[in-house]
Amino acid sequence: MSSHHSAEVVDLHPHRAGRTEPLDHLDRLESEAIHIMREVAAECRNPALLFSGGKDSIVMLRLAEKAFRPNAFPFPLLHIDTGHNFPEVIAFRDARVAELGERLIVRSVEDSIRQGRARVKDASASRNALQAVTLVDAINEFQFDACLGGARRDEEKARAKERIFSFRDEFGVWDPKNQRPEIWNLYNARVHPGENLRVFPISNWTELDVWSYIGRERLAVPEIYYAHVRPVVRRGAQLVPVTELTPPLAGEVVEQVSVRFRTVGDITCTCPVSSTAATVAAIIAETAVTSITERGATRMDDQTSDASMELRKKQGYF
Amino acid sequence: MHTELLRFITCGSVDDGKSTVIGRLLFDSKAIFDDQLAAITATSKRRGLSEADLALLTDGLQAEREQGITIDVAYRFFATRRRAFIVADTPGHEQYTRNMVTGASTADLAIILMDARKGMLPQTRRHAHLVRLLGIRRVVLAINKMDLVDYDQATFERLCDAFLDFAAPLGFDAVIPVPMSALHGDMVVERGTGLHWYLGKTLLQVLESVPSDEEVAHAPLRFPVQLVQRLRAGTADERRGYLGRIESGTLAVGDEVVVLPAGITSAISSILTYDGPLPDARAGQSVTLTLQDEVDISRGDMIASRAEPPRCEKSFDALMCWFSATPLDPARRVLIRHGTRTVQGKVGAVAYKLDVNTSEQVPAPDHVSMNDIVKAQFRVQQPLAYDSYASNRPNGSFILIDEVSNDTIAAGMML
Repeated sequence: MSSHHSAEVVDLHPHRAGRTEPLDHLDRLESEAIHIMREVAAECRNPALLFSGGKDSIVMLRLAEKAFRPNAFPFPLLHIDTGHNFPEVIAFRDARVAELGERLIVRSVEDSIRQGRARVKDASASRNALQAVTLVDAINEFQFDACLGGARRDEEKARAKERIFSFRDEFGVWDPKNQRPEIWNLYNARVHPGENLRVFPISNWTELDVWSYIGRERLAVPEIYYAHVRPVVRRGAQLVPVTELTPPLAGEVVEQVSVRFRTVGDITCTCPVSSTAATVAAIIAETAVTSITERGATRMDDQTSDASMELRKKQGYF
Repeated sequence: MHTELLRFITCGSVDDGKSTVIGRLLFDSKAIFDDQLAAITATSKRRGLSEADLALLTDGLQAEREQGITIDVAYRFFATRRRAFIVADTPGHEQYTRNMVTGASTADLAIILMDARKGMLPQTRRHAHLVRLLGIRRVVLAINKMDLVDYDQATFERLCDAFLDFAAPLGFDAVIPVPMSALHGDMVVERGTGLHWYLGKTLLQVLESVPSDEEVAHAPLRFPVQLVQRLRAGTADERRGYLGRIESGTLAVGDEVVVLPAGITSAISSILTYDGPLPDARAGQSVTLTLQDEVDISRGDMIASRAEPPRCEKSFDALMCWFSATPLDPARRVLIRHGTRTVQGKVGAVAYKLDVNTSEQVPAPDHVSMNDIVKAQFRVQQPLAYDSYASNRPNGSFILIDEVSNDTIAAGMML
């Protein structure tokens, strides 16, 4: 993986907690996530782990290694490819999967569109919401009863109310008013055939925790997470990357700006932030003092209403 | 940098200014972002409010925003240089006892809100009872809206005394009263200007300094086995690894253990992790254990301290909080999930119902319905290796699952 930055080490975490030292908060979050993954492996008949090549799912893979190595993962990896991904991220995804020697299943929104299962206004429209269709189809195709995902409660207010083991009915629908109570660490993973769970082991992590963990574990991430110069236009408060799918609008001025991505989703709705942070340490320093949320800075699709995410989730989205 | 994690729950209603206290805590510790503030300011303005309603930060669901109420537990996160915090924000209404139980189940500490003008209310008592019932030992009594009683020291002291008198029989390890005005920012994160007579810690200073996560580390070893792995499969050196999280206590290589319910004894041979073997480990760590003897162990079994083993029984008494909209039907079989073990069981005789407003025991209720807390006897098809909830929260708790609907219908605390 020499083409990628290897993460600059911020805190080598010199002591592993022994029996006298209280655990560090990252240790506790890590242990909770390992516990959750092992519960899924034990309780679910046919789970999968969603891997996109983004930073949260990169952390998820390391947690799976911690939970199950030296043996193979007890689940395949699944990527729902919008067809609008940054090429660096797809290259990273494939390199990481090869390195781990695990099985990756890719199902694409492109195919769902071709088959008439998902409809789009035009080729450059955001496909973020359409992922739900492809995901639910993939769950049905492989009869997955649980999908492990890297969503976090600090990302968005609907997610802040979601259970770690989040139940979906046979239509893939999340019913926020009728969630199973989740008490202590006793997770109820029982579903009927056709129903499934979305399980979020890093629910209680923040963006800062994720970067601290990437630094501590020296995890490689796609290069576009680090500062690089890229053509962008300014649209409202956001910097919009200039790509084939997102050309400048009439009257917009293309600038070369040093930027990095805080999330790496669908190109048509993911914006970078102005930054010169070229190392994990610098990103952590920026994240610790940032005044804009991760999605607020980077996602056009969450800006449309107070309940955008909740509505997408009710349609089967992650 | 070593930062600890503290999980806490906030109890109180919108009227007590609970959302404002959380909002202030997040705002003054810089955990609210500009775009969140802009979004709630815009929504507040649409509703004709002159200032940003900080309650909107925690009301995440559409129905909650529409109705101006909090339905469900919301989790919020912030950190200082000393500690990372997970806040479970739960609604105060009577009908949401189950949400408070949910939020309190993983909390190290509770903040109980009191309006300085109103003092002790039935809900203050209910919150204190529930918090204690769920095993939380430390409480911050946040006496809010001090600005509306002219920051009067005598009022604060009178309300503290009233609460301490009431709470004494509940047996908290610590009740820490803090006067505050969340609206004006007095004594939440900053000291403010109105409460110069108060020399104690601010709310945030209390949260940064109370002990966290200690009690389970001092309890005897309890290690529920999640999974069994064949290590070095196919080699002469093949052995079994037992995957799990240490729920309480500590362990070291060579420690003598008992495997329950079988009752077989052995000793720890190694403690394995992805980052290498450990000489010892403590509560909260997820590890893989190997034992010195070949023992038949599977998921649901427990590896425990040989010197201080848990009880191992097919019947037990417990306090149960009923969650389901369908009342308890004692004739029906249920699934009982304790640790990593799921067994079939039945709820037997119900001894009494607990009035959470007064702690009074109402003998032999004719039915058990949603949000009721009762003491009952349970019978299970296979023995469970358990402790009393009072002595060991992780190993004294269980949930009830309906075999047909798969819903989680109740939570139990073993006596």
